[in-house]
Amino acid sequence: METKFIDLFKEVLEIEDRDINLSDEFRQYDEWDSLVYLSVIAMLDDEYDIVIETDEFKKLITVGELMEEVKKRSSK
Amino acid sequence: MAFQTIPNVKISGIAACVPKNIEKNVDSSLFLNPEDANKFIKSTGIVEKRVVTDDQTSSDLCYYAAEKLISDLNWVKEDIDCLIFITQTPDYIVPATSCVLQSRLGLSKECHSFDVTLGCSAWVYGLSIIGSLVSSGNFKKGLLLVGETTTKTKSKQDKSTYPLFGDAGSATAIEYSVGSVGFKVHSGTDGSKFEAINIPDGGFRNQTKLDSLEMTKFEEGVIRNKLQYVMDGAAVFTFTITTVPKSIALLMEKSNIENENIDFLLLHQANKMIVDKVSRKLKFEENRVPTSYEKFGNTSCSSIPLTMVYKIQSNLKTQKLNLIACGFGSGLSWATAYFETENIICPNLIEI
Repeated sequence: METKFIDLFKEVLEIEDRDINLSDEFRQYDEWDSLVYLSVIAMLDDEYDIVIETDEFKKLITVGELMEEVKKRSSK
Repeated sequence: MAFQTIPNVKISGIAACVPKNIEKNVDSSLFLNPEDANKFIKSTGIVEKRVVTDDQTSSDLCYYAAEKLISDLNWVKEDIDCLIFITQTPDYIVPATSCVLQSRLGLSKECHSFDVTLGCSAWVYGLSIIGSLVSSGNFKKGLLLVGETTTKTKSKQDKSTYPLFGDAGSATAIEYSVGSVGFKVHSGTDGSKFEAINIPDGGFRNQTKLDSLEMTKFEEGVIRNKLQYVMDGAAVFTFTITTVPKSIALLMEKSNIENENIDFLLLHQANKMIVDKVSRKLKFEENRVPTSYEKFGNTSCSSIPLTMVYKIQSNLKTQKLNLIACGFGSGLSWATAYFETENIICPNLIEI
């Protein structure tokens, strides 16, 4: 789960030159913007069949928190 | 469940009209550099759009579409029993723009005319409203005029809205036709998210005050006042990818419509991401999902009729087609319709 999620997340953000960590606050990445956010929503729907409402998404700060939320929702 | 079956009506013709003036996103000063602009264009698919001049309105765009359509249909104006105008950018607060259009088009004083306020779901909602009026045979011919000057509501300093939207108007001719399949419609509303697409001031909840005009910077490249359009793109995207495919699938299931029997899926042209996602979810290949966002942007309520005229005009004129249309947007509001057309009148795209 973790490797796949990190790879997908990096791919959507088009991060190729470095590793990312679960403790990273993803909104701080230079690559993050409103269009990338839409791509993340699309990716979660394609790959995990989940949609996180914007109010819930706002509460997720780190890559790890997002991954945990995805894990929780996709196991339902 | 909001399902409707509206028999004994048909679409006899569709026309669309856009302003001549083109704005290309690559030239927009809203983007930091060409790379930034190209990234936007790649994601949204929106290369350019049409923009009205200050003195052009939605009703002007619809007027020219309607005049051409009436003339190509050889309709006698006296015979037009009803006119519905749908927009979020009317000519005046008072009166209804449909009344102004009735006179300008030279329609009979016996013409039943009214306005409806809806955004991107408007054309499909409009089909169900005018369809219901005509279906009984009380009215034999009706005009559905749907248009919007979206660019007039946007801040030119707001990159979260301005580059996405373009202006267009349309006219759809509806006729009483005994034995026609008519329209099968599914519709819905979620007003709990009304603020996701909103112009906060200028109505009668928050009347225009001096501070309504104050330009506020929300983030880099996002500056607007309270009389201008605000959109929570992520909330709208989340709503769309869940609600829209469901509505279309429900209508198909309820009406026993098979995917392979549909010639074209006509989606509201929000942007490439949304159109691609919805078509993929419903397993419609690209060649059955015509698009116009590349050249015209998101034209709000006009996007479905504009796409029909721009992309499948020859099919509409020469073939019998089974079509599904789905509009979705401000409200939040959505509607899906199944209908059939056969050799309808469809003039070339009008430019003014």
